Amino acid sequence: MAKSDHIVGIDLGTTNSLVAYMQGDAPAVIPGEDGLNLVPSVVALDENNQIIVGNGARKYLIETSDRAVYSVKRLMGRGLEDIQEEMKLFPFRLADDLLAGEVLRIKIGERTYTPPEISALILRQLKRNAERFFGGPVNKAVITVPAYFNDAQRQATKDAGRIAGLDVLRLVNEPTAASLAYGLDKRKNGIVAVYDLGGGTFDISILKLHDGIFEVVATNGDTHLGGDDIDNLLIAIAIDDIRGDLGIDVRRNGEAVQRIRKAVIEAKIALSSQPTAKLEVDLPGDKKYRREISRDDFERMIQPVIERTIAPAKQALKDAGLKPAQIDEVVLVGGSTRIPKVRQLVQDLFERVPHTDLNPDEVVALGAAVQANILGGGSEVTKEMLLLDVTPLSLGIEVAGGVTDKIILRNSTIPASATQYYTTQVDGQTNVAIHVLQGERELARDCRSLARFDLKGVPPMTAGMPRIEVKFLIDANGILHVSAREQRSGKQAEIDVQPSYGLTDEQVENMLLESFDYAEEDFRQRQVIEARREADTILAALAKGKKNDAWQELSSDERRRVETLEKALIAVKEGDNYQAIREAIDALNQATMRLAELMMDTAVSTALKGKAMDDTGIEEGQQAGHPVAKAEFK
Amino acid sequence: MRAQHFCSACGKVQPAVPVDYFTFFGFPRKLDLDTGVLEKEFYALSRRLHPDVFAQAESIERAWSLEQSSMLNDAYRTLKDPIKRTEYLLRLEGVELEEQSKQATEKARATGELKKQVVPPDLLEEVFELNMHLEELRGQKKAGEDDPALLEEIGKAKLSLEEKYDALFDELKAEWKKWDAAVDSGREEDLMGIRDRMLDVLNRRNYIRNLVRDVNEAME
Repeated sequence: MAKSDHIVGIDLGTTNSLVAYMQGDAPAVIPGEDGLNLVPSVVALDENNQIIVGNGARKYLIETSDRAVYSVKRLMGRGLEDIQEEMKLFPFRLADDLLAGEVLRIKIGERTYTPPEISALILRQLKRNAERFFGGPVNKAVITVPAYFNDAQRQATKDAGRIAGLDVLRLVNEPTAASLAYGLDKRKNGIVAVYDLGGGTFDISILKLHDGIFEVVATNGDTHLGGDDIDNLLIAIAIDDIRGDLGIDVRRNGEAVQRIRKAVIEAKIALSSQPTAKLEVDLPGDKKYRREISRDDFERMIQPVIERTIAPAKQALKDAGLKPAQIDEVVLVGGSTRIPKVRQLVQDLFERVPHTDLNPDEVVALGAAVQANILGGGSEVTKEMLLLDVTPLSLGIEVAGGVTDKIILRNSTIPASATQYYTTQVDGQTNVAIHVLQGERELARDCRSLARFDLKGVPPMTAGMPRIEVKFLIDANGILHVSAREQRSGKQAEIDVQPSYGLTDEQVENMLLESFDYAEEDFRQRQVIEARREADTILAALAKGKKNDAWQELSSDERRRVETLEKALIAVKEGDNYQAIREAIDALNQATMRLAELMMDTAVSTALKGKAMDDTGIEEGQQAGHPVAKAEFK
Repeated sequence: MRAQHFCSACGKVQPAVPVDYFTFFGFPRKLDLDTGVLEKEFYALSRRLHPDVFAQAESIERAWSLEQSSMLNDAYRTLKDPIKRTEYLLRLEGVELEEQSKQATEKARATGELKKQVVPPDLLEEVFELNMHLEELRGQKKAGEDDPALLEEIGKAKLSLEEKYDALFDELKAEWKKWDAAVDSGREEDLMGIRDRMLDVLNRRNYIRNLVRDVNEAME
C-alpha cells in the first residue's frame, strides 16, 4: 500500500465520532486540532453561516439551539412516520414542506440538510483531522454502523461517506469491530458476547473466534435504545419537577431544555463514580432548579430503560443455540456501559464478569482501524484475521394477502443470496412489481419496507409463461442488491429501484457537488474573514506606531511608501478579494519592517530610562518580536 | 471433485459456476457429513474467497469474489444443518418440498382456514386426545379457570411428542447411512425407497413440531 493511501477507521456515533488508524501493530485514535480524541456528533451554523462541527459546535446547543443539531444518527434512513417518538424528545426542526415518504430534511438556522448530509459534515471533519495528522489526503475509510441497522440505515451511512468525499470500503458492525480490537491482543479461540450500549443504539453480538476468524453467529439489538433515552427520561423528570416546584413550564424553551440536558448528562456521568450528584440549572427569570440524586434513585429511574436490553440479548443467545454458561468472554462497548447498574445487568445475564480493559468510547473506532488495515492488504498482526458477519434482519418479499415470505433469514452469514422466480398474471404483461421487506414479522405491513422494484421489459407472452429469475444478494456491508433475468428469452430485465426512505444515486451525486460548492464557498469566506481580521490588526499596530518617536526616524520616502500601502490595504480589505487583501498585507508588512525594528530599539532604551511601557506603543506580551510583522503568524 | 473456484495456473478467483452445494465443497452427494470437516473447509475457502481479501482488487475480481463467497455461505448454511441438508438433497433428487408446502399454505390463506395436515397414522390416537385437551384448556382459559390436572395431562403428552421428535431424528440418521451406502455401492434401485422414507420422516417431524408449537401457544 502506498504511504499516501491511508485507509482510516471511523466510528460515526450518535453522541461522539472518532477516526483511528493502524499505527504499526496497534490501532490508535487520531486526535482533533484541539487534542481531543472524541469529536462530538454536533453540527452548528455560526453567525456567519459557517459550519462548525464537534466541540466548537456544542456551545450553540445552548446559546442558539435552533442553529445546532445532535444525535442525527437516530434519523438516518428513516421517514417521517418512523420518527414521531423522536420528535417528542429531540429538538429536531423538520423542513416545513416535507412530504411523507420523502427523505427527512432538518433545519439548521435557515438552511436545510438531510441526515446523510449532516453526517457527512461530521465525516468531513474527521477526514480533515486525519489529513492534518498524516499531512496528506485521506479518501478511503471503513465506517462502523450498529449491527442492528437495517438496509436503509446502512445505505444512508454509505451515502454520507460519499457526500463527504470518502470511498467507503466497508461498513462494519460496531460490536464486531469492537471484538476485532479486543481479539487483536487476546488471540484466543472461544465464544465472545459483545454488549454495546451507546448513545442511541443497543447491539448484542455473539461471535465464535477460531484461529483469527471472527465469525458472528447471532446478533440482535434495538436501534433506538441508548444513553439518549436515559437522558430524556431524566430531563422529563426534571421538567415535571420544575413545573411542580417553581411553577414554570420550560418544555417549549429550547435553551432551558438544553441546559437541563447538559446538567442531567453531567449528573449521570458523576453517578457512575459517586454515590450522589447535584443537579443545578439556571432557568429563565433568575430561577434556579436544584436537586440531589442518589445512585439508588438513579438506578431505579433507569431500570425500565436498561431492562430493554435483556430480551434482545436472550434472543441472540437463543439464535446462537447457546446457554449463558457457554459464553467464554463478555466485552462491554459504548459509553453507557460505564453505568455500574448496566455492568451488573450484563454480569447477571451472562454469568461472567465483563471485560472493560479498553476504553468503551474508543474500542469501536480502534476495531474499525483494524478492519481498514485488513482491507488495505493486512500487516503482520492482521494477516490471519478475517471477519465473517451476519445480516441482522430477515429479508422478505410481499406475497399474496400482504404476507411476508422470508427468503434470507436473519443471522445468515454475509454475503448471502436467494433466488426467486416470478411470472405474469395477464397475457402480454411486461412489468412485474416486487416489494422487498426487512424484518421478522409475519405481515408485510409490520416489516420495514426497503424498496419497491419494478421489473420492466418482460417480453410479452401468455400469462404464466415468463419465468423471471430475481437474485437478491446481501453484500458484505449488509446492503441489498437485486438483479433479474427472464429465463425463456435470456433477457436481462431492467430494475427500477424506489428506495423507501433513501436517496437516489442522482441525489447523492448532487449533494456531493453541492457540498463541494459549499465547502469551497465556506473556505473562501473563511479566508476573507481571517485576512480582514489580520489587516485590522496591522492597521491598528501601524496607527500606534505612527505616534511613536520611531516614526519620525524614518525617511520621508519611507513614510510616504508606508502611507500609500496603508491606504491600499484599507481600500481592498472591505472587498471580497482574498488574494488582493493578502498581497496588500504582505506589502505593508514588508514596508513597516524598519519601523518595527526602530520601535523595538526605542522600547528598550525607554525601558532603560525607566519610562512606563504604556507610552512606548508596545503592548504587553509583545516585547519579543516586532508588533507589526507578528500579525503574519496569527 | 470440487468446483473450480480458482484459476489452476495463477490461483486467482474465478467466476462462480452453477453447481450444487455438495459439489461446491467437493463432497459426494452423501448425507452423513462430518460437520467438523465441513467447517474446516468453510473457513479455508472463506480465507480465499471473502470480499475482504479483494478490497484492493480489480472490480471484476471483486464481483466474482462477492458471487463466490455468497454461494459459499449459502452452501455452508444449508449443509451444516442436518435437516436443511436432507431437504436440499431431496430437492436435488427431484422432490418438490417447497411446492407442496407453499401450495398448502396458499390454499389455507385463500380459504382462511388453518393449514390441514395429514395426521401420521401412528399418532392418530394421541393427537385426537391432545386436541381434545387443548380445546378444554382454551375454554378454561377463557372462563378464567385453572385445572392443574389437565395441565399435567397436556404436559405429559407434550413430553411424549418431544421424545418422538428426537427419535425421528435418529430414524432419519439411520436412513442417511442407508442412502450413503447405496450411493457408495451404486445401488440406484435402493435410492428411491430411501428417498421416500426420508421424506416421510421429515413430514412426520414437521407435523410434531407444529403440534408442539400449538401446545406451547395454548399453555402460555
